[in-house]
Amino acid sequence: MTFQPTDQGFYGEYGGAFVPEMLHANVEELRQNYLKFSETEEFKKEFQSLLKDYVGRPTPLYFAKRLTEKYGSKIYLKREDLCHTGAHKVNNTIGQILLAEKLGKKRIIAETGAGQHGVATATVCALKGLQCIVYMGEHDIKRQAPNVSRMKMLGAEVRPALSGSKTLKDATNEAIRDWINNPNDTFYIIGSVVGPHPYPDMVARFQSVISEEIKWQLQEHEGRENPDMVIACVGGGSNAAGAFYHFMEDERVKLVAAEAAGLGVDSGKSAATSLLGTNGILHGSRTLLMQTADGQVIEPYSVSAGLDYPGIGPLHAHLITSGRAKSYPITDDEALESVLEVSRLEGIIPALETAHAFSVLNKIEHHKDQVIVVNLSGRGDKDLNTYIEHFNF
Amino acid sequence: MTIAAYIKQNKPILNVYFTAGYPELGDTGRTVLALQREGVQMIEVGMPYSDPMADGETIQNSSAHAIKNGMTIELLFSQLSEIKSEVNIPLVFMGYLNQWMQFGKEKFLIEAKKAGIGALIIPDLPLDVYETEYKELVEKHGLSMSFLITPNTSNERIKKAAKLSSAFLYVVSQSSITGTSAGVSMEQLAYFKRINDLSLEIPRLIGFGISDAESFNQACQYADGAIIGSAFIKALQRDNLEPSISTFIKSILETSR
Ligand SMILES: Cc1ncc(COP(=O)(O)O)c(C=O)c1O
Repeated sequence: MTFQPTDQGFYGEYGGAFVPEMLHANVEELRQNYLKFSETEEFKKEFQSLLKDYVGRPTPLYFAKRLTEKYGSKIYLKREDLCHTGAHKVNNTIGQILLAEKLGKKRIIAETGAGQHGVATATVCALKGLQCIVYMGEHDIKRQAPNVSRMKMLGAEVRPALSGSKTLKDATNEAIRDWINNPNDTFYIIGSVVGPHPYPDMVARFQSVISEEIKWQLQEHEGRENPDMVIACVGGGSNAAGAFYHFMEDERVKLVAAEAAGLGVDSGKSAATSLLGTNGILHGSRTLLMQTADGQVIEPYSVSAGLDYPGIGPLHAHLITSGRAKSYPITDDEALESVLEVSRLEGIIPALETAHAFSVLNKIEHHKDQVIVVNLSGRGDKDLNTYIEHFNF
Repeated sequence: MTIAAYIKQNKPILNVYFTAGYPELGDTGRTVLALQREGVQMIEVGMPYSDPMADGETIQNSSAHAIKNGMTIELLFSQLSEIKSEVNIPLVFMGYLNQWMQFGKEKFLIEAKKAGIGALIIPDLPLDVYETEYKELVEKHGLSMSFLITPNTSNERIKKAAKLSSAFLYVVSQSSITGTSAGVSMEQLAYFKRINDLSLEIPRLIGFGISDAESFNQACQYADGAIIGSAFIKALQRDNLEPSISTFIKSILETSR
């Protein structure tokens, strides 16, 4: 089975570019150019040098001794939390800002949920001296306040999305509308493997550096390139796509996606898309989507702003429905428990999104020869307010 | 008579968009009949969608409101069926592809036709997907299509959209979402002229940013008519529905004729 998209961006039945005509020219410009530019030696050199000297890559693959002792499998953590700005998101924004430059765009827009992608976009815009506007749901502006301040410090304008549940989906709608209104000078930096083709493939490629590094790092640690299992949380699915990328074709590597179950899969307050979703179209892509029988999108819920999204990227819809990847629903409470566990066992405070991936360790079987890589997608600084409230510190 | 032929015969066409189930759930039929009474030549019935990508604040809000009221596609079809015998102008359905998919690809066409709908506008249905996956079914059930073009659409693509459109070509006046208004700029003039020079057979209606008699009359100089949406929605008064419709339509048509 292949997990690369067709020329039109289809992964099996998922993907494509279902955009109104107002966006056709923009999306087509990107489709024709993203590989042409990103595959040149010059581009690769610039991308890699920024990842190394600016982002701080390679990020360590850390053997988590105390988690290993607790669970019984050999557990490694891919430390994306150590990236500049505190999450994997910056791998992608570096790639896209270089593309924006090549295409001569002067104005950058982005959507953000947890604010990590917004911060990563504001950061590369500062780096390149480009105007930056970030759309963020009003609800998320409140629950991820530190990241809003960071974006402002970096010179970005943060515009609140006021429709729907005022979260990531609504911020994405507003960003798309902005792009429709400003088709000529504006580049839209999408923060996950979602949206119309070529975004899912483009973002997956920029994030694939994660699994590229895991391969040689695991070789150094274990004398083998492939782990038995890779676990990552999935909002739209960009950190998971990056962590899975170079293992997708090797069926011996189990791919595990942690999804936000919110208050519980059947509670009506959930974002467990692969379980609750059906085939539909969201943000320009055919994918699994939480919706009513009448095709109206259901407002998702999760304590974690970065996972609070009613769809998943088309690559993940394909991986999961084909059986190549398995998804686990993780509730708010389970994730919060994992936050404390990882903090106290390993001295690492993870982001709320990332904590969902750790909770999977409680749901699988372990044995001592099993090598597991958990993608530690981001650090928890932005979630401190939630943690203080929840744990009554 | 086909919708295309109807447009040629009755131009200039005033086509008014409204959101079904707004302001009140039961207002759909009343609105259609009031618009027809006021002399509107064509109506675009908007099926409210939770995530209307191509629409601005006004239509987004009216849609959210209508969904809250309980609007569904099934209900829309039954509301339209009830007044079908009284309607003698073309009705065009406007909605998003996901809604069509969920209702059922073929069932949607059958029920739409039964409800008296003559054509469909589905802004996020790409031309090539339509050609390979939908065209045959749409034609089989005797419905027409209208595709959108914008100032950024190449001539080659305009010709393709014109060829696949069987009701009219929807000329989006500017690069924007719905509800953004501005006068006709030099750039737009060049765009309208570029379309004229293609000598397309299919009639053309201009939409987006048409809000009053002046912009309507201007648009009619460059096409077979125009579409008004957000400005009409804003003019609707919940407790005074028919009179508010009458006042608004008169303000467009009486200064036009
Ligand atoms: C730390 C972290 N992990 C994961 C995510 C979820 O995004 P994705 O599924 O694209 O990796 C986010 C999104 O904001 C994030 O900040």
